[in-house]
Amino acid sequence: MVINKNKSTKPVIQIKEMHKWFGNFHVLKNISLDVNQGERIVICGPSGSGKSTLIRCINRLEVHQQGDIIVNNVELTGDLKNLEAIRSDVGMVFQSFNLFPHLTVLENCTLAPIWVKKLPKKDAEELAMELLTRVKIPEQALKYPGQLSGGQQQRVAIARSLCMQPKIMLFDEPTSALDPEMIKEVLDTMIELAETGMTMLVVTHEMGFAKKVADSVIFMDEGEIIEQNDPKNFFNNPKNDRTKLFLSQILNH
Amino acid sequence: MKEKTYQPGSYPDLPPPPGTVGIYGWIRNNLFSSISNSLLTIISVILLYYLIDGIIGWFLFDAVYDAESKIECRKIDSGACWAVITKRVGQFVYGFYPEAERWRIDISFLTMFIAFAPLLYPDIPKRKWLLWFSLIYPFFAYILIMGGYFGIQRIEYSLFGGFMLTVILGVSGIVCSLPIGILLALGRQSKLTVIRTISICFIEFMRGVPLITLLFVASSMLNYFMPPGTNFSILVRVIIMFTFFSAAYIAEVIRGGIQAIPKGQYEAADALGMSYWQKTRFITLPQALKISIPGIMNTFIGLYKDTTLVVVIGLLDPLGIGRAALADTKWNGLSTETYLFVALFFFVSCFAMSRYSLWLENKLNTDQK
Repeated sequence: MVINKNKSTKPVIQIKEMHKWFGNFHVLKNISLDVNQGERIVICGPSGSGKSTLIRCINRLEVHQQGDIIVNNVELTGDLKNLEAIRSDVGMVFQSFNLFPHLTVLENCTLAPIWVKKLPKKDAEELAMELLTRVKIPEQALKYPGQLSGGQQQRVAIARSLCMQPKIMLFDEPTSALDPEMIKEVLDTMIELAETGMTMLVVTHEMGFAKKVADSVIFMDEGEIIEQNDPKNFFNNPKNDRTKLFLSQILNH
Repeated sequence: MKEKTYQPGSYPDLPPPPGTVGIYGWIRNNLFSSISNSLLTIISVILLYYLIDGIIGWFLFDAVYDAESKIECRKIDSGACWAVITKRVGQFVYGFYPEAERWRIDISFLTMFIAFAPLLYPDIPKRKWLLWFSLIYPFFAYILIMGGYFGIQRIEYSLFGGFMLTVILGVSGIVCSLPIGILLALGRQSKLTVIRTISICFIEFMRGVPLITLLFVASSMLNYFMPPGTNFSILVRVIIMFTFFSAAYIAEVIRGGIQAIPKGQYEAADALGMSYWQKTRFITLPQALKISIPGIMNTFIGLYKDTTLVVVIGLLDPLGIGRAALADTKWNGLSTETYLFVALFFFVSCFAMSRYSLWLENKLNTDQK
């Protein structure tokens, strides 16, 4: 287990009694969650349980209808100024990478820093190369995403998010679209990121990653947080029956 | 023959069996793959020989290039009578633009390529400087062709004609309709109801009306709608109509391109904190335009050929000039030669556009390079 010494207790994400509906479908029910600076939370649960929707609410890719979400002391409302401030502090990595196919790897990484953060082009490129080196693909910088393997694309996506120098990183099933032999390279990148003290919320089925990195594991089902615990207790001693059933399904294969 | 044996894991890459690749393989697979295919190939070659022999003879070897009338042509040789073109080639190219001033058209035409080069070929050297020229080119060409400024003799619109008119109408229409089409496509997708409604009404109206109707409106009615005192020349009015008409089509083509972009692209841009205009400029349009290249080029080629419709409102495009030539008793009955010549001109222009769009598609294809 990775130990992070500079963990403070000030929550960077506060979610209070938050609800969301898709039409008439009540997809998130009474979610309350505090995330501290430097904390690493893994969210798991069966498909359709609302775990992706939950983290997409945190940077307002989905809009919640009731309750409060406060990120970095800014409340998420319809106000565009707040929204842009939050989005440049919160990085997101998607299941399907979502790299921009018409731009090179380097341009993918520098686009937002140059235009959103108004960084000079040279500084943005230096930063991008530094982060591409950190995810171990600096030699691919001038290629297009379509020329890379899935694992490489996902590492570029991680570097692209980090180029905005976010305080929080959201991962929405980052390894689900990858071939088995590529999952490890992406997980290794995420573990290294965790070691730097980044605040991370990770939706994943990779329980090995959860055991190794997470400070806290959340189990969601049917739009509710069923159980939240530290990984040791979560895996060895689950309290809720649904958690037990879920764990038996994904661990015994 | 016995298959050679190898240790597992050490099987080498062998060349393909002989006769399956290369020119020989291609000929065997495509022309002589079976008995019936071979027969068809032989018959086609014989037919092609007779056809091409006759056609080339008529076009080139038996053709007459210099004569005073059709009757004279027929006395000289049996092929095409290109004299009808060579005697009037000036009219076909410049219409009734005064002969002494035709250098102005030549310069405008040649510099047009310099103005387009940086727009069409992004990798061209000194692109930034050339782009400045592209920017002033429309004014430069307007002054040069129209005259009336800086002591250059003013030429009336009514003297414009021939290929020069086609190029003026076609190029102005193409250049103006692309940005308007892009704005309409974005407008149609807009969340602002007013903008969306205006865009939809404009697109549906322009697409729902025949172009020829719009041209009649341009020639006869448009002045009624304008404030008194404004007097657009017929040429400008026609260009406006062409522009609006093809902008509506281009808007729909681009909308298709925008809708083909996966939702994840916008989510990624949103997650990076990009604003609407940043997303549009860097994410939506580059990808949508790339997808729409074949459709946009289709519309451009259509517009270019539709410029011949101006003949119905009395402008002398190449077809009008051709009809005038045929009305001359000396050249009566040479419609094949006349229309073939005009067709050749259009074919060359449109084929060039088509090849350019193919080149661009390949260049922008970043999937497997």
